[in-house]
Amino acid sequence: MIIPHPLLGPRDSSEFVYLGDASLIDRPDWQAEDAAEAFHEYAYLRDNPAGEHRELWYHEGGDRSWLVVTRNTMTHEISKVELARDVARAQGRSK
Amino acid sequence: MRYSGFQVIKQALTGHKGWTPAWRDPEPKAHYDIVIIGGGGHGLATAHYLAKVYGHRKVAVIEKGWIGGGNVGRNTTIVRSNYLLDGNEPFYEFSLKLWEGLEQDLNYNAMVSQRGILNLFHSDGQRDAYTRRGNAMILNGADAELLDADQVRKEHPYLNFDNARFPIKGGLAQRRGGTVRHDAVAWGYARSADGYGVDIIQNCEVTGFRIEDGKCLGVETSKGFIGAGKIGCAVAGNSGRVVGMAGMRLPIESHVLQAFVSEGLKPVLPGVITFGAGHFYVSQSDKGGLVFGGDLDGYNTYAQRGNLPVVEDVCEGGMALMPMIGRARLLRMWGGVMDMSMDGSPIIDRTPVEGLYFNGGWCYGGFKATPASGYCFAHLLAQDEPHPTATAYRLDRFRTGRMIDEKGVGNQPNLH
Repeated sequence: MIIPHPLLGPRDSSEFVYLGDASLIDRPDWQAEDAAEAFHEYAYLRDNPAGEHRELWYHEGGDRSWLVVTRNTMTHEISKVELARDVARAQGRSK
Repeated sequence: MRYSGFQVIKQALTGHKGWTPAWRDPEPKAHYDIVIIGGGGHGLATAHYLAKVYGHRKVAVIEKGWIGGGNVGRNTTIVRSNYLLDGNEPFYEFSLKLWEGLEQDLNYNAMVSQRGILNLFHSDGQRDAYTRRGNAMILNGADAELLDADQVRKEHPYLNFDNARFPIKGGLAQRRGGTVRHDAVAWGYARSADGYGVDIIQNCEVTGFRIEDGKCLGVETSKGFIGAGKIGCAVAGNSGRVVGMAGMRLPIESHVLQAFVSEGLKPVLPGVITFGAGHFYVSQSDKGGLVFGGDLDGYNTYAQRGNLPVVEDVCEGGMALMPMIGRARLLRMWGGVMDMSMDGSPIIDRTPVEGLYFNGGWCYGGFKATPASGYCFAHLLAQDEPHPTATAYRLDRFRTGRMIDEKGVGNQPNLH
């Protein structure tokens, strides 16, 4: 698979390390009432869709950026790649 | 028809005109006591043990495609019980014992071949780890034998012992491990279950569950609604998709694992060998092909095919372990979709939906577990309590912190 890096252009997927579902950006509030339940869902449960999947890849063999890749799990086709930093900031995170 | 040597001779003398289909092709009835979703090894084994051991005859197995067309037809056929942890080892040893009696139990030649499995180690630390593992196996009634480099060399002189980076220091052998003809496992279980009156319904896709007041009443399928007292889901690889129709999320990601077969060779490999420094395992099929594999591709996928970096990595492992493999040409390669769970261990349990039971999360250890998985799932379905060897395989163990993590890598499914 070739991942079109937003800054570096097309890069081979073997330069990257795969983490998992991009919902891992949305870390629950540890002080919330339901924190134990929320962290169980966050750490262990997955949508695991057959089709479009937003997922985190780390460019370890490159510029060490985190990317959010939108990829089809049936065809391996990549439709969108964003810097994870931009995705997190758009959700109101500081970094 | 009971299969026997006498039957083979009789049929040979009468022009092989007396063989009958190994199972019927029935239309679904309106209601069953138990419906199993998934006509793979685990689903068919569940039906067999439900009928034979637990006396349930009003059982159906429904399968989207044809039986045995999923992972039971796509694996590397290895059976073994060389696990470390208490939650796992008794279960896998139970499975290996069932393998040993499988052909008599099913009256079917599944080509169970206890040719032995050897896990090589390459450092002192790894020797310690394998010594501990061997002791755990012996404590649970399995067999294990620690070999030093000379003993390994005597049995497998063609290995690359003096590799500068990963010299072979010895290995942990399980002589009772080996290989089984994978398709025959599905066919043997199907034929046996059918003989007890189980309906095996192929080309019947589940499209939804009928759930009222938190109780599952049956499944909607491409052949209409099928009512059921209890429903067992055994569709590893696609567990998330099927159970998702009942509104559940699972501690599972689907990943692809590739496998490879070389052209047919004369006998060169007497057993199953695993490389301890990379991830590579190899055996030789009865047709002569070297059957081997390695790591997952490592990203979520439902495509039954992988990518080239893993092909390269697996072949590097093979070359490092046994350089002669470089002289063989690769004949076929394929991928199978795995339920990778959050701790690398399976789940056999009830679900929050009453009447719906779940069997999945087999990672890439599902084939060897087939008999015990079927037995334990049948036990759970019939008696509503877990089989004594499968009590740890709970769906809620991630919430309660009772993970069964053989590799100790945490909730990262692609590392298990």
